[in-house]
Amino acid sequence: MGRTLATVLVVVLIILAALFFLIRKPSIAAVETPAASSFSAEQVERGRVLAGIGNCATCHTTAEDKPYAGGRDFPTGFGTLYSTNITPHPENGIGRWSRDAFVRSMREGIARDGSYLYPAFPYTHFKNLSDEDLDALYAYLMTLEPVAYTPPENAMHFPFNLRFLQWGWQLLFFDSKPIQPDPQQSDEWNRGAYLAEGAGHCTACHSPRNLFGAEKKGRAYAGALIDNWYAPALNPEQPVPVHWDTDTLYSYLREGRADYQGVAVGSMGEVVHRGLQRAPDSDIHALAAYLASLAGPAKVDGAARRAGELIEAAHRRTDGDRSHGENLYISACAACHYNAANNPMALRAELSLNSAVTAGDPTNLLRVLLQGVPADEGSPGIVMPDFASLSNADIASLAQFLRKRANLPPWEGLDKRLEELRQTLGQAASHAGEKQ
Amino acid sequence: MSTEFRINGQQAAVDVPEETPLLWVIRDDIGFTGTKYGCGIGLCGACTVHVNGRAVRSCITPVSSVADTEVTTIEGLSQNGEHPLIQAWVEAQTPQCGYCQPGQIMQAAAMLKDFPNPTDEQIDHVMSGNLCRCMAYIRIREAIRLAADRMRADTGEENPGADHA
Repeated sequence: MGRTLATVLVVVLIILAALFFLIRKPSIAAVETPAASSFSAEQVERGRVLAGIGNCATCHTTAEDKPYAGGRDFPTGFGTLYSTNITPHPENGIGRWSRDAFVRSMREGIARDGSYLYPAFPYTHFKNLSDEDLDALYAYLMTLEPVAYTPPENAMHFPFNLRFLQWGWQLLFFDSKPIQPDPQQSDEWNRGAYLAEGAGHCTACHSPRNLFGAEKKGRAYAGALIDNWYAPALNPEQPVPVHWDTDTLYSYLREGRADYQGVAVGSMGEVVHRGLQRAPDSDIHALAAYLASLAGPAKVDGAARRAGELIEAAHRRTDGDRSHGENLYISACAACHYNAANNPMALRAELSLNSAVTAGDPTNLLRVLLQGVPADEGSPGIVMPDFASLSNADIASLAQFLRKRANLPPWEGLDKRLEELRQTLGQAASHAGEKQ
Repeated sequence: MSTEFRINGQQAAVDVPEETPLLWVIRDDIGFTGTKYGCGIGLCGACTVHVNGRAVRSCITPVSSVADTEVTTIEGLSQNGEHPLIQAWVEAQTPQCGYCQPGQIMQAAAMLKDFPNPTDEQIDHVMSGNLCRCMAYIRIREAIRLAADRMRADTGEENPGADHA
């Protein structure tokens, strides 16, 4: 009896020891911050462009005077994470990280001190970056202005505050192998795939996640709600009646507007207007080529013809019932959004084709109605005022009319979502419509 | 907080809370009173101005959102009232009380850039957000058609307009 117990204990100990050695990652020795002169100007510039394509700044910046100093909160179901300071400050930032420590964090999700990083930091994508590109990013970050700022401590609930448990997450959800080029596809497509799946980490927002916060397998680009914006599907389920193609994706990613599908606002506005702005045209074309292919084979009839037919049908529905929603559309929206069927203009975002209206989730339309679009977002230089002064009942009528106009069923749970968003945005529901 | 933009060709810097409606900045801080207050919730069009050449309801547009843009009011649409729309407005004897007209003209001017040869249906759809309590709609449409014809004749079907995005 005693003998059996001892055997069990020994086996358990051996397993624990093995796990300990498996899970434990060594720390990598601190170094002096490398001198700026140890990097070439080309390298730093290449890193600056990659940091734009990856849009590092949006997550790692809270105040414009402290770029890349971290501190942005990420509320998750497991507690709140705060982004880190990635300036080369020796105490607060990554100034003592060697090139190897940086590369390990990007490819394996392990910090310099050997602790596991949470996958909110998308190392699951950055693992796809080439050696040269990681060197360039390292060069760029190490030559930034060091900022003496310590972001707040993470506030994760037990047991998720135990970083070593991430070993299990990695075991379940992380494949460290980088993507390989597809020889069947063009160089441009492969370049786009490399950028989208690597630095760009597009699916981090555009794919739904499972209970553990990992991107769902087989559901890449199926669309997801993130940061109170809806990142629409880009796969064949994409919610736009005129599918994205290389032309519309290029103008969207380059200028922030597409002829049919909409403009870049919210999180995607930052990606396009702050991040991708740094990328050369060839990379934008490559991204467009790759992302367009996600929609499946191109439709037989041309986009312009299909758009024209849909707009004509929407016009017929507009002249219909003179509902409250339609009256609001006519007074508040049509002056800027009405389009001729044969010539819809990106500057007059056509609402029957626009993903803010056609998506199954009303968040984007509601947010644009509540917040408007300033000149430096969406279509550059074009301002849309907010309609937050309308009552919730008015906004809901308007939104449901736009759905009807686009030949889609009414949104379910719209009122509740509207109230939630008002609250998130710190807006008291307006009673403008109730005064008379 | 100071917001800077250009208005009718001049640089302006205003030190007002960033959510202040552009309309009040234009009227009270800068002093162009041609732009009118109507409903205050973006549903009547009286306050229409151009931001980078496109029609915007200034009563619901926070001044912060027009930072670094070019704003044009009825005063800046043309130098001495020679804009074809203004001339057509006079010729067609369009206004009655006149209160909504600056907004109507600014909206029409923006429309003619996108629809240089507008059909009646297009005029109705785009202008329907500009209310006229005197019911001058028939003459508003007439003046727009008149101006559109002249502007096309002047520019040889080119897309005209006093300001550009």
